[in-house]
Parts: sequence; structure tokens; C-alpha cells
Amino acid sequence: MNYLFICPTKLWYFSHGITMEGENEWVDLGRFLHERRYADEEKEVLIERIKIDFIRKGDTIEIHEVKLGKSMERAHEMQALYYLYYLKRLGIKAKAALHYPKLNETKEITLDGHEEEVEKAVQFARVVKSLPAPPEPVKSKKCKKCAYYELCWV
Amino acid sequence: MRKRSLTLFSDGNLLRRENTLYFENANDKKPLAVEGIYDIYIYGHVNISSQALHFLAQKGIAVHFFNHYGYYDGSFYPRETLHSGNLVIKQAEHYLDPEKRLKLAKLFVKGSALNMGRNLMRWGVADGFAGELEKLLGELGEARKITEVMNVEARIREEYYSRWDEHLPEGFRIVKRTRMPPENEMNALISFLNSRLYATVLSELYNTQLTPTVSYLHEPGERRFSLALDLSEVFKPVIADRIATRLVKQGVIKKEHFRGELNGVLLTKEGMRLVLEHYNTELAKSVKHPGLKQNVTKQRLVRLEAYKLIKHLLGVKEYEPLVAWF
Ligand code: SF4
Repeated sequence: MNYLFICPTKLWYFSHGITMEGENEWVDLGRFLHERRYADEEKEVLIERIKIDFIRKGDTIEIHEVKLGKSMERAHEMQALYYLYYLKRLGIKAKAALHYPKLNETKEITLDGHEEEVEKAVQFARVVKSLPAPPEPVKSKKCKKCAYYELCWV
Repeated sequence: MRKRSLTLFSDGNLLRRENTLYFENANDKKPLAVEGIYDIYIYGHVNISSQALHFLAQKGIAVHFFNHYGYYDGSFYPRETLHSGNLVIKQAEHYLDPEKRLKLAKLFVKGSALNMGRNLMRWGVADGFAGELEKLLGELGEARKITEVMNVEARIREEYYSRWDEHLPEGFRIVKRTRMPPENEMNALISFLNSRLYATVLSELYNTQLTPTVSYLHEPGERRFSLALDLSEVFKPVIADRIATRLVKQGVIKKEHFRGELNGVLLTKEGMRLVLEHYNTELAKSVKHPGLKQNVTKQRLVRLEAYKLIKHLLGVKEYEPLVAWF
């Protein structure tokens, strides 16, 4: 889902089962919750260098994500918002924090005031996924590090 | 860590103890770093324990087996983990629709033919080939059936082999391409390399969402993984034929590396070892890719070809076979 906030082309390929080796930024929240029974204990998902913590505190869930840099800040925020949105629909109270240890910064994120934005994004994702073919790739800085680079540009 | 292909040439046992894979023979027992293995090619007499196979399946490592004569026998192709229902349907659709199938079949033949042309130019024996090719590619365009496509392909090959022969040293002429069994040294060498190339293509397909059993030029079911045969056509001239030529021209492979048997002429064990060594070096070599603007290994070119095919099937971009620019 967070692919959407990175690139529609990637979202399309991914949602049509064209996945790439070396893909590591993706955590399927639904699957995670299902498999791990988040409520039981504190959990940590470590995928390469991206760490996601789900911590249960009272009746609130805290999502902590450690990020390396801010180059994809917007995507990280949307991803966190999406998690919060998803949890809310399951009736689970949650908040999130993005940690940037290298910059010595933390950004708290709550869903308040962003719900509509997330809904729009989800809607857009639905449209992208339903396209008969992937949207034309648009070359940008992020392509360089993208696992779909060869597929897109060959 | 960059993953590498592992070739097991000697006899022994492949087994797993705890979380380590070992190759054991009379002399020693070597641990193999499984995380660094891309795929495995087995030429020796190797016993594999089921635990080892389970382990390899878990890690998604394909194993290719070659017989006593160095020819492809079969593969251990672990249960596929990469699935795309959408792509499988597209693959089938392009097989079932005669127009779509013909289009792809022709593209594979065209790619193969253009690469043959590139080789002849390189070797300086391209006399008259361009003209013949133009005529034959014209016929290819007109072909309405797969058998007709195959027919044209066979004639292109004939033109190619006769010229290629002019470039080969005395004693290593192909004269007439014979497969089962190869009747002379050059035929044996080409068959051996093609066999190895086929397995490389299969490994690359394994790492994509393409279903290797649905093919276009070759009939699915003719051999199990017939899509690897289709893609091999494009790469045979570029990879196998070039290596074969170089090996005999440079005298790396000599008459003594062959033996005659009931099964025709075959490479000796030492001959096979030498060829594989050169094959592996060649596939690890990089070339600059004009489209991607980065260096890619020759092995990776096979993967890129698979990506191009995926894009064709999904309707993103029409497949254009690789024509060697290097
Ligand atoms: S390479 Fe660029 S266009 Fe293609 S999926 Fe990645 S980010 Fe998107």
C-alpha cells in the first residue's frame, strides 16, 4: 500500500503480483496483525534496515518506525497515516512516530485531520490497481534505488 | 552479497547439517555459504540428501542436473514462490491467440537471426548473409503457421552455419549441424554449451513471475520448460556460439578434449571443465546497457529479456529481442 506514495507504476506492478527480489520496504499490516496477533505482546519487525515496532500500551497501539533519512519523508508519513487509518477501521486506537536517529529527530503522527487525505489516497490506489496496464513510469531520483528500475526502463 | 552460480563438477555428497550446506567428497567436507548461492549446476555424480533439497527449496535455489555426457537432464525447480495470476493468464492468452503467438514466435526467430548476423560480421565472414537474411526475414513476416516459422528458422541457420564454418579452423568445422548424437567436435561443443545456456535461462525465469512451461516458438510440452527454449534462441549466437568459436580459435579446446563413443563425439571431463570455466567467466562479464545506462552482466541480460517479455505480455511495451551491440 505504501507503494502508492512512492510510485503508481510500482503500485500497479506490485498489486499485480510482479514483485522484485530485494524488495524490503514493505510490510503488509493486515498480514502482520493476522499472523502475529499484535495484541499479545510487543513486536518488532525488522526488514533489512527498516524497523517497525508495534507496542501495545494500555488500549493504544504505538507504531514506531526508524527511518534512515528524510528523502522520502512524505511517503513515510502517508504510510504511517495509512496504518493508523487501517487500525482505526478495525476499532483499534493507535498513534505513530517516525524516528530519524541520524538527524536526531522524531516526528509524531496522528490521524486527526488527515483522514480525508488518506481516503483520497486509498481511492486513487484503487483506480491505479484497476488499470489494465501499469501507468507510464516517470523517471525521477527515486528510480535509481528502486527494485523495479530494470523492469521499468529496459 | 552478490549471489553466484555454483558448479559441482566432482563426485560427492551434498548434505545439510543444521543450517549449513556441505559438499563432501573423498578428500574433504566443504561448507557452502547458502546465502551466496544463486543456483547450482551439477555435472558430477552427486548424491543429495532430502534435507539438503528441503533447504535449497526453502532458499529458492534451483538445481540443474547434467548427465554423464554433459547434457541437460532436468532441474529441481523449487515450488514457485513468485506468483502472478494476472501474468499467467496473459501468458496463456498469448499462446491461445494464434496471432499473438505467431508474433512472439517470429520475434524470437528474428532476434536469433540478427544475432547470427552480428556474429558473422564480427568474424568477417558475413558475405551475402545480409541479402539472404532480408529475403528470409521477409518470408518470416509472411508465415502464417508456427511450422512455417520453424522452417524459415532452419533455413536461416543453414546460411549461418555454412559461413560460420569458413571462420573455424580445419578440424573444427560444423559442416552439418548434428545433435543427437553430435557427429563431430564442433557439434559436441555447441550442444554442450547450448545445454548449459538453457539451464541459465531457466534459472533466470525461475526468478521472475513467468511460467516456464508456456511457450510460443516451441510447443509447450515438447519439453517441460519450453519457454527457456524460446528465450535461448536469442542468446545461443551471442553466448554459446561466441564462446565455442573463441575456445577453438584460441586453442583452449583441442582435439584431445574430445572422445568418440557409441553416442557420437563427446567432450572429455577435462574438456567440459575448461568450457564451463570459460562459460562462467563470460557470463560474469559486464557490458554497458544503452537503455539502462548502467553496466549489466551477460547473465543479467537474460533476466532483462524476461522482463521485456513480461512487459510485452502485460501490454506495456512490445517485445524487441536483444540484438548484441557488444
Ligand atoms: S523505477 Fe521509478 S518509475 Fe519505475 S517503479 Fe521504480 S520509482 Fe516507479
